[in-house]
Order: sequence, then C-alpha cells, then structure tokens
Amino acid sequence: MAQVSLEGIRKVYPNGFQAVQTTSFTIQDGEFVVLVGPSGCGKSTLLRMIAGLEEITEGTLKIGDRVVNDVDPADRDIAMVFQNYALYPHMTVRKNIGYGLKNRGNPASEIAAKVEDAAKMLNLTEYLDRKPAQLSGGQRQRVAMGRAVVRDPALFLFDEPLSNLDAKLRNQMRIEIKALQRRLGTTAVYVTHDQVEAMTMADRIIVLNAGRIEQIGTPSEIYHNPASTFVASFMGAPPMNLIRAQVEQGEVRINGYDGLMPAPASQNGPVTLGIRPEDVVLDDHGNIPFRVDILEELGAHRLLHGVVGEQPFSVMIGKDDAASTGTATLNLKPEALRLFDPETGRKL
Amino acid sequence: MAETTLETPVETHRPRRIKWGAIGDHTVLILGALLMMIPPLLALTTASHDAVTIHREGLQLTLGDNLGKNFHAAMFEKGGFTQTVDGTLMLMNSFILGIGFAVGKIIISMMAAYAIVYFRLRFATLAFWVIFTTLLLPLEVRILPSYEAIQKLGLTNTYTGLIVPLIASATGTFFFRQFFMSVPEELAEAARIDGAGPWKFFVDILVPLSRTMIAAIFIIMFVFGWNQYLWPTLITTDESFFTLVRGIKQIVLSYTDSQIPEHGQALALAIVAMIPPVAIVVFFQNWFVKGLTESDK
Amino acid sequence: MKRAGFDTIWLPVALLMPQLLIIAIFFYWPAGWALQSSFYLQDPFGFGSTFVGGENYTSLLGNDQYKRVAVFTILYSVLVTFFSLAIALLLAIKADKVIRGAKTYRTLLMWVYAIAPPVAGFLGILFFDQSTGPLTKFFQMFGWDFKLGVDYNATATAMVIVAVWKQIPVNFIFFLSGLQSIPRSVREAAMIDNRSATGRFWQVTFPLLAPTAFFLLIINITYALFDTFGVIDALMKGEPGNNPMTLVYKVYLDGFRGNDLGGSSAQSVILMVLVLILTVFQFRLMERRIHYT
Repeated sequence: MAQVSLEGIRKVYPNGFQAVQTTSFTIQDGEFVVLVGPSGCGKSTLLRMIAGLEEITEGTLKIGDRVVNDVDPADRDIAMVFQNYALYPHMTVRKNIGYGLKNRGNPASEIAAKVEDAAKMLNLTEYLDRKPAQLSGGQRQRVAMGRAVVRDPALFLFDEPLSNLDAKLRNQMRIEIKALQRRLGTTAVYVTHDQVEAMTMADRIIVLNAGRIEQIGTPSEIYHNPASTFVASFMGAPPMNLIRAQVEQGEVRINGYDGLMPAPASQNGPVTLGIRPEDVVLDDHGNIPFRVDILEELGAHRLLHGVVGEQPFSVMIGKDDAASTGTATLNLKPEALRLFDPETGRKL
Repeated sequence: MAETTLETPVETHRPRRIKWGAIGDHTVLILGALLMMIPPLLALTTASHDAVTIHREGLQLTLGDNLGKNFHAAMFEKGGFTQTVDGTLMLMNSFILGIGFAVGKIIISMMAAYAIVYFRLRFATLAFWVIFTTLLLPLEVRILPSYEAIQKLGLTNTYTGLIVPLIASATGTFFFRQFFMSVPEELAEAARIDGAGPWKFFVDILVPLSRTMIAAIFIIMFVFGWNQYLWPTLITTDESFFTLVRGIKQIVLSYTDSQIPEHGQALALAIVAMIPPVAIVVFFQNWFVKGLTESDK
Repeated sequence: MKRAGFDTIWLPVALLMPQLLIIAIFFYWPAGWALQSSFYLQDPFGFGSTFVGGENYTSLLGNDQYKRVAVFTILYSVLVTFFSLAIALLLAIKADKVIRGAKTYRTLLMWVYAIAPPVAGFLGILFFDQSTGPLTKFFQMFGWDFKLGVDYNATATAMVIVAVWKQIPVNFIFFLSGLQSIPRSVREAAMIDNRSATGRFWQVTFPLLAPTAFFLLIINITYALFDTFGVIDALMKGEPGNNPMTLVYKVYLDGFRGNDLGGSSAQSVILMVLVLILTVFQFRLMERRIHYT
C-alpha cells in the first residue's frame, strides 16, 4: 500500500513531441484514481511512466517514500493490467498468473498456494490448466487481473482494461474491479477514455487534454463544477449544453433573446453559458424559446434535441413528461448555471 | 468462398450454371496437377525397368519388375571413382546439410532478429543494413571469391565449409524480424513487470511463442539446404562428403555416356533425392505455406 | 524497434555477433575480394597479378559472347517469369474458386517446390532425350529437329520449360494465399456492385493482388537469374560448348573452368550491383506491405 506522488513530471519524446506537460499530483494510499481524456491526451503515457515502461523526461516520481525514476518496472512493486491483457499465449492460466512470482524466486509451494488463492478470488479455479486461447474475453480479463492480484503489489495500474469487452460484460467487470480494489485496499491508477467508467469507478478523476491536466476532483465535483468547457463537454452523457451568452448589468442574456437570469458572476461581456440537460425545465411560461427537432426515448427519461437561438441544445425530461417536436419554451435553474470564459474555456 | 460464375447468360437455370463453371475450374486444376505430377511419376515408373530397356525406349509408363533391385543398388552399391560412396552415405550427407543448415540458420537468425527488434542499440540501424544488404544476394553471385575464402580457411571437404557460408544471408533474420514485430508490444512490457530480463523474456516467452514459425522456417530451410547444388559441387571433391543432389551431376554425366549405363539406378537415386524434401513439404504443408507466405510480410 | 526496448548493451551485441561474423567472413570479405580482383589481371599460371584498372569491365562490355549471354539471360528471365506467373495465377484463381478438393489440389500443385533444380533438370533430360524423349518427339511432329545440347534454340526452350515447371508451385502458393486473404466482405461487396466475374477480377481482385504480384515478380527474376543454375547445368550436361547460359553460369564457367579470375570477378560485381538494385526495390515493397497490411 502506498501513496504515489508526481512532482513536475514531463514527457518529451525523442522526436520533440511533448506528450505530457509539467504535471504534479498525489494519489493517496488506497485511493482509486482514474485518468480520463480523449485519445492522445497523454493519459497512457502518464500511466506508463508510473509503470516504468516509459522514461521520465523531467520531474520526480515517488511510490511510497521511494523515488523510482530509475527503478526497473519489476522492482517498483506494481502490477499492470493491459488493454489486450498481454497474457502469455503458450502458458496455462496457472503459469501466467505465477510467472511474476517465479521470476522473483518464490518457492514453488508458495507460488502454487498464492495462485490458487487468486484464482478462487476471481472464479478462475476450474480454468487454471487452460491456455488463454481457450478462454472467453471476460475470463482472459480475469486472468490478467489475477496476474496483478497475485503479486500483492503496492499499486495497481490499469490501461483501459475493459475496452475489449462487450457492453454487458464491461458493466459487470467494472463493478468487480472496483469491489476487488476496495477489498484489497490497494492504491489504483486506472486509464480510460470512457467517461462512464471514470464516473462510476473513481474516488478521484483526473481529466487530461492535450498533455495537460484540465481538472482533478471527485466524480461529483467534475460533473457539477467542471473547471472548463472541455471537461463540461467531455464528462457526462449527454454532455453539458454550452451556448454563447452575454452578461450585462448582473444579468445573463442568451443571444437573440432577452431570456434574463441573474448572473452569478459580476462580470460584463460575452460568456459561454453551461447547463446540464437535466437542469433545464420545460415550462409553458418559460422565457427562452426552444425548437425541439428530435425526441430521444431512453427508458428512464427522455432527451429532447433542438436549438436555442441557432445553437444546439438538449433537455432531459422525465419519462412521463409530455413532449413533442416543435416549439416550446424553457426555464433554466439559476443555481445550475455555469459560466465560462469564451476565449480560454476556463470557468469564471 | 462460394463464388458463382455469372459469365453464362442469366436465363439459364441456376444449378446448371454453377455446375458448368465448376467443371471448367476442375478441368484446369486437373490439367495443372497432371502437369506437375507426370514428370516425377514417370521417373518412378521408369526406375522400375532394367538399364537396356530404358536406354532403348526411354521413359516407361508402366511399372517394371526391377524397382527393388535398382533402389537396392542405388543405395548400397559403392560407386564413384574411388568406389567408396553409396546412396546411403549420400543420403546421410544430405540430411547433415539440410538439418545442419536449417538449425544453424534458425538459431543464428533468431538471435540476431531479437537483438535488432527488442533492444535500443545505437548501431542497430547499421547492423540492420549490414545484415539486410545480403537479403537477395545468393551465394551463386559471389561463388568464386567465397570458394577462395573457404580454401584459404582450409574448410574444403568439411561440413563446416559446406554449411556455414550458406547461412551468410539475411533471409531467416528478416523472417524472424517480421514475426517479432507482429508480437504485441504489451507482451514484453508485461514480462518486464513480471521481472523477466531480456534473456528470460527470449527463452521463456519469445522462443516458445515462435514455435510454429520455427517449424515453418525449418521446413523451408531444410528444403533449401537439401537442394543445394553448386556450392557442394565446388566445396566437396572428396566423395565421402557428396550429397544426393551433388551426386546428380555424376548421374547426369553417366547418363550421357555412350555405353549403356545403369539408368535404372541413376533414376532411383534421383528419386531418393526427391523424397525427403517432398515428404516434409507435403506432410507439414500448413506450416510450410504459412512460413513461406508470411516471410514476406 | 519496439516501443519499450531493453537497454542492456552486452546481450544484443552477443546475440548479433554470430550473424555479423558469418556475414563478414562469408559475405563481405568475398564480395570485397571480388571487387578488388576485378581490377587485376591474374597470371594464368598463378604467378601474381597486375593492376589493370577498369580493363576487365571494358573488355567484358566489348565482348560479343558476354553480350550474347546477357541478352539470353534477359530473355530467359522474362520468359520464365511471365509463364510461371501466368500459369500459377490461373491455377490459383481456380483453386480459390472450387469448394471440393481444394486442399488436394493445393497439395498436388505445390509439392514440386521441394524438388531440387538439378533434379528437375535431370527429369528434363529424360523428357528431351534426343532419341526417346516424349517432348522431343512432340516438337519433331512440328518439323523441328529438336536436339538437346546441340541445337541452341532447342536447349534454350528446354531450359525455359523446366525452369517454369519448377517455379509454378511457389507462385501458386503465394497467389492462392493472396487470394484467400482478400476479405470475404470485399468479395461480397464486389458481387453486389458488378455482375461480371471478369470485370470483378480485373477491377477488384487483381488490384488487391498487386502487392503479391510485385513481390513475386522480384522473386521470380532472382530465381531465373540465380536459382536455375542447377537446371541449366544439368540440361547442358556439363558441356557448355555452344549452349545458351545465364550470366551466373558464365561467372562460374570463367572462374572455375576458364581460370579468368579478373573477368569472373568483374562479372560477379556487375551481378551484385544488379541484385542490390533489386534488393532495394524488394525492401521498399516489403516495408510498405508491413505498414499497410
């Protein structure tokens, strides 16, 4: 068990490409941290630097109290689960799980016992003598987990471990991984591009974009108080509505309409206004006209897609609420309004 | 795969249309198979006749009654100038050349390919080019200087001189390089996290992973080594080092003699020279085809 | 190079050493030596040599016999490449189409791969035998007095036929595997878009086979240039005389029978340059296939 701290970590590839800009954060002991962002945002590079598979250009990486910049991956006391699982195809499940222990020189009887334990924990006991090719995707995923668990590491690293599974299995494995990590209390860093995984699994989320940290926070903070328009549109499905607006005399006006609301910020001029679709209320007496183009039925609720003053806009309503395509009017919940700088995208 | 031919008019009945196309396909294939099969088969039937018949009438379509006798003579009767070499000895030499070449090539090229693919080496690119310049340049092109080199090293009439110079080309290395590049990167990374150093990774993971590839390239290299002709002809003047294919030269020369030579025996020996490589290619054809067609990717 | 390569130095060096040593001793040393001696004139009795500059090369290029051999080599390579590719492609297309017996056909069509070129040449001798050869009789039916080893054109014809026969299996295997690697969905899309089978072949299948065909083109040229040595040697029955031969055969003949070290070396160098050019082509092709397949 260990805390992990990154101090001024930076990664520049030999070809000059800067994959990760100077970054600092600390992961607490036992915490489940998810690195999330679009592809190419540097999240995998960050993870691989922690694993020791990628050299750190600049900065200090500590696992526990130890600086591990120059420590071999095998000696960092970590375990990693890869996207394609990276199981050794010619070894049985038993050998796959025990290979790391064998290389550490553990006695055979101890390895056997630990492998059995890990297999039991992951419901793999009956598959121990099969080869990876004879297993289903979900079982392979479990073997990869077993390989990580059996080493009892200080730190788990997950590199998009669920993206090769179908949707149903993914939901199930998501819960299993989280439960396992809770039970073992091992610190975990988890990389994904799937914001649902990030929201559901993380104690804390780190949102990355173009090699830079956009925001660090709990899922709730990230969802309700995005630090930038990038986070607002990347996290949450459906994403937050972002439309151009004006702040004049302490009031927000949406372009083209005099839909007036009190402005939380004391600033004048153009702003980007953000509001989650569920914080919008359809109201016959509302002051913002909304043209509904498409009605999306999602079961538990419905989504209305349309435009407000030429700008795309979505509204979420309950499953029993009446709605139809055509024109309607809206009210926005004032406490749910978020204002962003239209130039930088940062929160005001 | 079920591709129907639409060349014939649409109004004909569907089953009949497919049938005609298929008959055409099969006819072409059967003709092709006959083209490939007939020459060696005729050699076999002819080898079952006595020398006089063969000399007078040439190739024979039917089986005669001298098959066993001719093969026995070819394998166990000593021939050549010194009367010391028989078919069995030549067969053994062929196996030594085929297996020695294949095994040597696989070991050496696997190691080199591993070094090139999996290590950060400053001179890796240089080594790469030094090795891969030799890719298509066969021994035949530099035959005279290679012969001189072997002579200077005193390796004529040795198995080393016979086998090692043939290994000096990059085909195997290139093959393994391509295969190693196709192995997922994560496997090496997982092994590193599992505490496997470079040598352990090679022995524990990469070599077992390459088993099929090794089998495939073994077949190709065995056939290549077995079928070597020019190099053994030059390097082995001592008849006790003759391979079967090298011995073909003697057979050809004897065949053109004006007197009645032992045609049946000569044919029998040629057939013996064909059997092992043909057998290995036919029995392991899935591996062989895989190895051959993947070597260029 | 892999993303996360190992960093040690001594191991890769040790792993590369055997290959590099063998290549240095049995490839670069002889090649360099050939280059050097191509500028010298060797005393026929072995008493030293004199530097003659490019004379070996100029005398080669002015030599009618060498020119004849070069012309034959080109013609021979073109014919062997064309016919073995064409026949193999036809067979591969048919073998790819049939459902019944596909595996049997494949076996029957490919096993000749394993026959050594001189053995194939020896079979050729039987078929082209002056008095009893069935193919000799076949050509005589057309009034051609076919005499293997005596008549230049007859010998050349026999050499081409045997070399083509021997090379069909390799081309067949590659074409068949190329055809089978075309995704089923692409074929099905083509069947919906184009109802003519011939049209589909030329517009969809053939372009997708093009990389295989280019690769085979180079393989076949090198085969015709070098690997047919055994075929040629067998068919001329050890008597070069007036017989056609390829450039490689002449290197061997001048070097070992004619003891013309300088001339033979100069020929070697010319061939090496030729092959190097082919190698570069080949290499770019291979690299490209790695990236796009």
